[in-house]
Formats: sequence, structure tokens, C-alpha cells
Amino acid sequence: MASVDLRKQAPNILVWLLLLAMPYWLVAVGSYVELGTRVVVLGLAAMSLNFLLGYTGVLSFGHAAYFGLGAYGAGMTIRYLVPSTSAGIAVGVLVGTVAAAIIGPLIIRLRGVYFAMVTIAFGQVFYFVAFRWNVVTGGDDGLIGWTRLPLNFGIASIDILHRATAFYYLVLVLFAVAVGLMAWLLRSPFGRTLIAIRENERRARFLGIPVDRHIWISWVISCGFVSLAGALYALMNNFVDPRALYWTQSGDFVIMAVLGGMRSFWGPLIGAAIFVVLQDYLSSQTANWMSFLGLFFVLVVLFFPRGILGMMRRKAVS
Amino acid sequence: MTQVVLFNVFNGLIVGAFYALMALGLSLILNLSGVINFAHGGFLAIGGYLAYTLIPFIGFWGALVLAPFVTAFLGIIVERLLIRRVYGRDPLYSLLLTFGLAFMFEDGTRFIWGAQSLPYQVPGWLLSPLSSAYFFLTGYRLFMVLIVAVAVGALFLILSYSRLGIRIRAGTLDLETVAVLGVNVRILRSLNFGLGVYLAGLAGVLAVGQLGLEPTIGSSLIMPSFVAIIVGGLGSLPGTLLGGLLIGVASGVTTVFFPSATEAVMYVMMAAVLLVRPRGLLGEEGRF
Repeated sequence: MASVDLRKQAPNILVWLLLLAMPYWLVAVGSYVELGTRVVVLGLAAMSLNFLLGYTGVLSFGHAAYFGLGAYGAGMTIRYLVPSTSAGIAVGVLVGTVAAAIIGPLIIRLRGVYFAMVTIAFGQVFYFVAFRWNVVTGGDDGLIGWTRLPLNFGIASIDILHRATAFYYLVLVLFAVAVGLMAWLLRSPFGRTLIAIRENERRARFLGIPVDRHIWISWVISCGFVSLAGALYALMNNFVDPRALYWTQSGDFVIMAVLGGMRSFWGPLIGAAIFVVLQDYLSSQTANWMSFLGLFFVLVVLFFPRGILGMMRRKAVS
Repeated sequence: MTQVVLFNVFNGLIVGAFYALMALGLSLILNLSGVINFAHGGFLAIGGYLAYTLIPFIGFWGALVLAPFVTAFLGIIVERLLIRRVYGRDPLYSLLLTFGLAFMFEDGTRFIWGAQSLPYQVPGWLLSPLSSAYFFLTGYRLFMVLIVAVAVGALFLILSYSRLGIRIRAGTLDLETVAVLGVNVRILRSLNFGLGVYLAGLAGVLAVGQLGLEPTIGSSLIMPSFVAIIVGGLGSLPGTLLGGLLIGVASGVTTVFFPSATEAVMYVMMAAVLLVRPRGLLGEEGRF
């Protein structure tokens, strides 16, 4: 049994401590718990995207589609099928993952810009379905008339609807499971193979690695986790609208991952935190927040292309 | 029924012509510089709004000539200042950069010209139907198709015979060799970007007469342009043209039979093309 290297684990411990105590210190600094929930949900989405983007080296610009499918899957299940939060989450994840698995074979042979274009264009199909199929999805107005429901464990039930902190911890538990799984996968031979593909696809292919199949699996895993984030997003808002599926949402996920640092495990979470806080602040300050957000994209590309963690690591090395 | 179908096919052809104009510009930039210009829709909107502002002073015809040039000039400035910084880097960065620019353009047009849809003045004689049986054949629509045809024809002539066009095509194949042969690649890329943006500006001036002038016009037209490029085949300009017209007509026909699938049908087409022919209809093997 290898002993735990405390120095190496320090960042992980710090992140988990911050996340565990988030509802308390957020309120203490004058913010609110829901903001923390949003950071964790969008952070999960960005980290899931980064599984593909940062660790497999495949540029997906269409993750909003699976995020939105998870959201609609959860919302529609609760609205029409079973009044149960856990069923909603399960269906949401299932729908997003299956859709990704089906679309996968069409796109895995493409690379670079082409992959980005095709993923973003495919995302639009789901957007238009949600937008046009008014009767079921509520169209442009979004899916309303449902809320997340108390979690029922037989002996006790937890009211996650009215207690924001309880919902935060539900989200955090699922986040922990998802992130733990991703970390475990990345450490496994499978994950190492993905990194090998990112570093040199041709060499990986010559070594006999079935590259396309690996990318397909990585794509499905990444989309599966992003649809979990989507399901949680729907539950968080008690509402879904087609904008969760729109291509600009995909761009938001990518900028979160890049801003935090694509080559680091926690980077996207940090990126998501900055993005959420910034968006929250800008939209409360100015009607032209879109311009500032766009400017922010430009500045990140020009000045922080490696992301915050990437820069810190570079400083530490030099 | 035939009338309705014909009407929608024609309508689809017009919309397809817009997609094609826009997609051709995108393709030009993508082929030479490897940049997907998300801000292309923003340039289209700027072209349209510029024309709106210019019409009271120089009339519709003046605006039709001038607005696309001003848009192209703006495009070259943006390219010089920002976009050239991401050439040769991971495509991720050009995507994000132009994505941010698209946000800024959309919000900027909303800030300057307002969020509501603006009325658009087209010379009156262009608006009257040419024939009572085919009421949809207004002069303006025919005129648009004509302008698009002329623009596309001119583009292909420029690319085939002018020195700039030949250099652009050569650069698309092997930019390094072109640079070694003494062509100033920086200027070439700028001009090429300007040419692409010019097409977007022209599409903007024409589109707003047909579709109305809103800040979101750019972001609603850019995705179909992507689809047009993918269907037609990356790297092939005739393919892009074909792709644009095809998806336009397809969604026009779908409007007749299944209106709620008007947009979805082009993505279904894209999926079908990717399934049987991943490089697109006229795309070259192994280029991307």
C-alpha cells in the first residue's frame, strides 16, 4: 500500500475542503448558496468536456447538446413520467449518453476544426427539436410546470426543493462521484492511452491502438458526464429552455475549460467559478454584458491561452 | 399544390443562395488560414445595418455597392489586429476568439441600432410581383438571385484568373511554398479575409431586404452555413455553393410537408452525408 503523499495531494484536499464548506463561506462573503450550486454544476460540465478536450485532445464544440438533452431528459421525466428526482437524473444521463453513442460513429473519424464544426452543427438538431416541438417541450418558453422533488430514502426524505443547502450537497455528492470516476479513468491504462492519442495520434495508431474506438468511448463518457451536469442544471432551475442546448452554451463550456487550464484536472472547475461569478456580476451591472463576455473571450485567447493553472505551473517550473 | 411547392422551392433557393454566399466566405478563410470565423454572422449583420444607415444618403444602389466594401475593410482591420495572432495555433483558439467577436458584434449592433427589427427600404418597382400566377416571383427576389449569381461568378473568375485568386488557391494547397516563392503571405491572408467578409457583407445587404434586420440575424444564419460547408465538402468552394443551395431547397420543400422540421432537415442531410461520404459531396479525400 503506497503511502499518501501529502504534498502531492494538497491541491485535491484544498479543493474538496473549499467545496464542502462552500455554502458557509459563500454566505459569509455576502453571496448566496445557489451561486455555489451553479459553479459546481457548470464546473462538472466543463470538467466533463475537458475529459475529451484536454485529455484526449479532441476539439468538441457541441457539448451543449448533451448538456441540454440531460436537462430535458430530467425535466420531462419529472413532468410527464415519474415524479421522482432520482428517476429524472437517471433518465437525463441515459438520454444524453445514448444520443452521444449514436452520433459518435458519424464524427470520430474527423479531426480538428472539422470535428468542431460537425459537433456544433449536430448540436443544433436538438436545439431545433426543443424549439419547435412546442407541445412537449414548451418551445421557446421552456419546459415549466414541474419542480425537483424531495429525495425519498424510505425511512427519511430530504427536502431539496426548499433547502438550498441540501440541494447543494446532493449536487456535490453526484459531482464527487462523477469527478472521482473521471480521475480513476484517467489514471487507468485506458486514460493513459487517451493521453497518448492526444500527444501523438499517429504513433498511437502505429502501436496498434484502435484510436477511433478510444475516441468514441472518450466522447461517450464525456457526453455522459455532461448530461449529468445538464440534468442537475435543470433541477437547479426547476426549468429548462432551448438555450441550454444552443451552440453558444458549448462555447461557454470551452472557455471555462481553457480559462482554468485544459491540461490540469481542476482547471475547468476554476474556470467555471470565474465564469459564473463574472457573468453574474456583469449581467447585474450592464445590459451589454454580452459585449463584455465577448471581450473576455478575446482577452483569454490573447493573454491566458494556457489558462490560470497552466500559467501557475509554468511559473513554478521556471 | 404545385404552386405551393414551387413557391417553397424558389424560397429555398433564395435562402440557400444566402447560405452559399456566407458559406463561401467562411470557406475561403477556413481553407487558407484554417480559421473558422464565428464572427462571420456578425459581419453579415454589420453589412445589413450599414446599408440601412447609408440608404437615406446614397440610396439603395449606393448602399449595395458601398456597404459590403466598408464591411470588408472592417474585416481586414479585425484580421490585422486580432485574428492573425491565432494563425498556426491550435484551432481551439481561433474558434474561441471569433466566438467572442461574434458576441461583441451582435451586442454592438444591438447597442447602436436597437434590438427591434428595422424596416428596410427597397426600391418600390422591385417589390411588385412579375406575374399574377406566380405571385412569389417579385422583382426583388429575382434580383437577389441575380446578384448572388453575379457575385459567385465573379468570385470564381477572380479565383481562377486573377493573380490574387491564383495565389489564394496556391496558398490553400501549400502556404509555405507560396511564402518561399516570395508572396507576402500576411497580406494575402488579409486580402483573403477581406474577400470572405465582403461576401458576408453583401449577403447582409441582400438578406435584410428578405429576412428583416435584427441583431440576431448573424447567429441564426451561421449554423446553416457550417452545414453547407460540411455537406458540400471542406476545402471545395464549388462544393460549398452546392451545399448551400441544396440545404436551402431541402428546407424549403420540407416547409410544405412538415413545417416544424424546416431547420432540422438540413442537419439530417448533414448526418446522411457524413455517414456515406465523410469528406462531403465534393470534398477531397484526406484533407481534413
